[in-house]
Amino acid sequence: MSTSDYDPACLPDLLPLYYRRLFPFSQYYRWLSYGGVSKNYFQNREFSFTLKDDIYVRYQSFTTQNELEKEMQKMVPYKIDIGAVYSHRPSQHNAVKSGTFQALEKELVFDIDMTDYDDVRRCCSAADICSKCWTLMTIAIRILDRALREDFGFHHLLWVYSGRRGVHCWVCDDAARKLSVAARSAVAEYLSLVKGGEETVRKVVLSDPIHPFINHSLSVVERYFQQYAIVDQDILGSKEIKFHNSLSVSYDLHFSCVSVKSNSKKGGQYFDKEIMLQYCYPRLDVNVSKGVNHLLKSPFSVHPKTGRISVPIDLKELDTFDPFEVPTISLICEELEKPRAEEAEEDDMKDKENEQEAGERRRIRDYKRTSLAKYVKVFDRFLEAMARSRKGEMLKKSGEIEKDSVFHIHLILAFTLQMD
Amino acid sequence: MQFPGRRKKLIGSSQNDLYDHCLQFYGQPPLENISLTEFETFAVERLKLLKTVENLGVSCVKNSEQYTKKLDAEISKFFFNKEDGISEYEKRRKDHISHFILRLAYCQTEDLRRWFIQQEMDLFRYRFNDLHSKHKTDFLHKNNLKYETVSAEEKKSLQDKLIASSYGLSGTKVEEHDVYKVPFQDALDLVRTRKVYLLAGNAYIPHHEIVTIVLNDFRTRLSKALAMTARSLPAVQSDERLQPLLSHLSHAYVGQDYSIQKNIGKISLEQIDALSGKSFPLCMRHLHKALRENHHLRHGGRMQYGLFLKGIGLSLEQALQFWRSEFVKGKVDADKFDKAYAYSVRHMFGKEGKRTDYTPYSCMKVILSNPPSQGDYHGCPFRHSDPELLKQKLQNYKVSPSGTNQILELVKGMHYQLACQKYFELTHNVEDAGFSLNHPNQYFTESQKLLSGGRDIKKEVDMSQRSQENPASVTRPSQANSKQAHEEMGDLDSFFQDE
Repeated sequence: MSTSDYDPACLPDLLPLYYRRLFPFSQYYRWLSYGGVSKNYFQNREFSFTLKDDIYVRYQSFTTQNELEKEMQKMVPYKIDIGAVYSHRPSQHNAVKSGTFQALEKELVFDIDMTDYDDVRRCCSAADICSKCWTLMTIAIRILDRALREDFGFHHLLWVYSGRRGVHCWVCDDAARKLSVAARSAVAEYLSLVKGGEETVRKVVLSDPIHPFINHSLSVVERYFQQYAIVDQDILGSKEIKFHNSLSVSYDLHFSCVSVKSNSKKGGQYFDKEIMLQYCYPRLDVNVSKGVNHLLKSPFSVHPKTGRISVPIDLKELDTFDPFEVPTISLICEELEKPRAEEAEEDDMKDKENEQEAGERRRIRDYKRTSLAKYVKVFDRFLEAMARSRKGEMLKKSGEIEKDSVFHIHLILAFTLQMD
Repeated sequence: MQFPGRRKKLIGSSQNDLYDHCLQFYGQPPLENISLTEFETFAVERLKLLKTVENLGVSCVKNSEQYTKKLDAEISKFFFNKEDGISEYEKRRKDHISHFILRLAYCQTEDLRRWFIQQEMDLFRYRFNDLHSKHKTDFLHKNNLKYETVSAEEKKSLQDKLIASSYGLSGTKVEEHDVYKVPFQDALDLVRTRKVYLLAGNAYIPHHEIVTIVLNDFRTRLSKALAMTARSLPAVQSDERLQPLLSHLSHAYVGQDYSIQKNIGKISLEQIDALSGKSFPLCMRHLHKALRENHHLRHGGRMQYGLFLKGIGLSLEQALQFWRSEFVKGKVDADKFDKAYAYSVRHMFGKEGKRTDYTPYSCMKVILSNPPSQGDYHGCPFRHSDPELLKQKLQNYKVSPSGTNQILELVKGMHYQLACQKYFELTHNVEDAGFSLNHPNQYFTESQKLLSGGRDIKKEVDMSQRSQENPASVTRPSQANSKQAHEEMGDLDSFFQDE
């Protein structure tokens, strides 16, 4: 039994508990402060909340972790979005001279939504997902993760399950956060291969020369294609598979590849690749990635319709990730209530000493007792990597200055050692 | 730094330091004193060059033979000096100074900035591509473009990937020519279209593509500079010598201004209806129709149309008769007309108030200033009409569907004057208008020429003669030019102060 039955009507009771005892505030604050390198980075960050009865409030900002906690516990948001880091505190944006309040930085983000694949999946449609079509997300993550790291040189990517029908990617590198609108849009276009809406039948068009990026992406698709498209989606069994009237498509099980025969004399030497890509290649919404001030659902927020927590995805376990195993708020609240016996009293004593520390300690103990634990660990590892990288940068910068002094110390040491 | 009369004697180091390459990024503003005449001449000539760049950019395929030939000719004209030829130093100096002057004139609005940046980029691209490979590299180095070249080993190891990513790249090219490593943020155009190899955040750009990168840089710098210039503009505009000049430049029509009336009285009022269908540009046809239907036009429309009529040769008496007869059919009685509107007509002819003889509006002026609102009929239909309505109107005027589509395409690309030119070609049944449309009265004159069978091929000569024509016909000495310019500026001054 992995999930308790979730009922949206329980949210008003579950959310306060979640924000008081489970939401990983200290890691969250640590993330958004980015090591405190930039002054006021956290203070100038915009958050938006969707409250009960769909009341939406923007330009929320907080000065400390404590204030963030208190406000969230007070307002009990149903949804939380993260926006950009602005030139001034968002909560005071009305007091700023018009034109000077500007979005300065934000993570580069991507939103992959299963609904965008409705024309090529037969198992579900709209907001539904199932284990058969989830493979599309796996493919998307593999392709985009590789490209963002290898082609664009980014290192700090946080992949998050959106809670219902897709995944988000937060690219948190310094360089990524400073990208202009034009640069974000260029990255998104580079990563886009499937183009066209309702009226376009042939959505992927390839021509010579085939860019290395496309080849990399194809090799990922090929790995999953047979199981996903031929077996699970049974695309060949579908009468709906339509590319051109002149094409006849079959799948060669021996060579594991799509075989396309065309009656038309026109080009189309890459029809087989195009078909695979049209069925499997990630579909991004460029508009989400383009805007510096675009607001995106926050990791660890709850999805009101499914109750699932937006959890980070561990890429090392990507092939076994199951969206239906992701804990719901009801489950983790339930797990919280389970009696703990002996430990309880000792800890309560310690807690009386220092309220805030106590609160945090309790919270850390709390989420560790729930299914949320492993996902917070993924987040911790992500934060660690960023911290190490920041340290590395700083060492590099001061490295030149330090080198001389270190050299002198070595000399002295060597000298003194010799004397012995 | 001052370079007075000693200029010609200065060869060697200081000249070379200042302009060490024939191309530049225009990073540093010029720091010398120049005369007002030189100020204006440089600016006007560069403006002509940029307008040519614009026209050629749409009417020819870029880098085609036709394009290259015509642009080459215009650039030579720009650098041409009537005296004993012009030194390299002087060419570069003119290039430098004229660019900066035009910045002052074109920094004020989004539209002007966009236009200026576009033409300067096209010009730069052309001149950069024309450079010898060695000079290209020279330019990059001199401008601190930190584009590293990729080592031979790295090139070898990436060879296949490079060939698969960049258009027109072969194995030999990779070996022989430099490949540049540039942060991907500096190569967005190539990244966006996936026309470049990316690795670890760097774009690997072959030598022949480096111009795209350089252009990106150029655009960014110029855009920032224009924004800064706009902020310091009030200080410049307070200089009385410069303000009218700069206004003139940004609204100017570089070419004949139709201020001197020819053929006065040659047109009779009865002919106007017929002429409006045959020889009027769409904006004036539109205004005429509105006037006939409503027996009224608001101020903006009266100015635009009234001055146009003056330009085609209507005398003051004819104009008064024309407007009165129309307004009287409407809600205005003869007395009221004489009291209120007649004054305005006489004003247009320079018989009232400051006695400035107004010049008919050029296309640029119609397109850029005073956009029409509800109840107005002035402006440029290609610019100010909703495309659907424009389409309907063209269909009503019996323009073919394919012709209409061509026009709409040009409108979409914001080439309003070219759209009007296309309208000319379609309504007169000619392949090529044979002139570059800049002024509604020019449209009229060209149309009349065509219809009367006397199609003048020497249009180029006409255009270049204009600056000599006017002073000659007014028989004033060399001051004529500046006086002329002064009058036009006066006109523009009062345009802004008008009711």
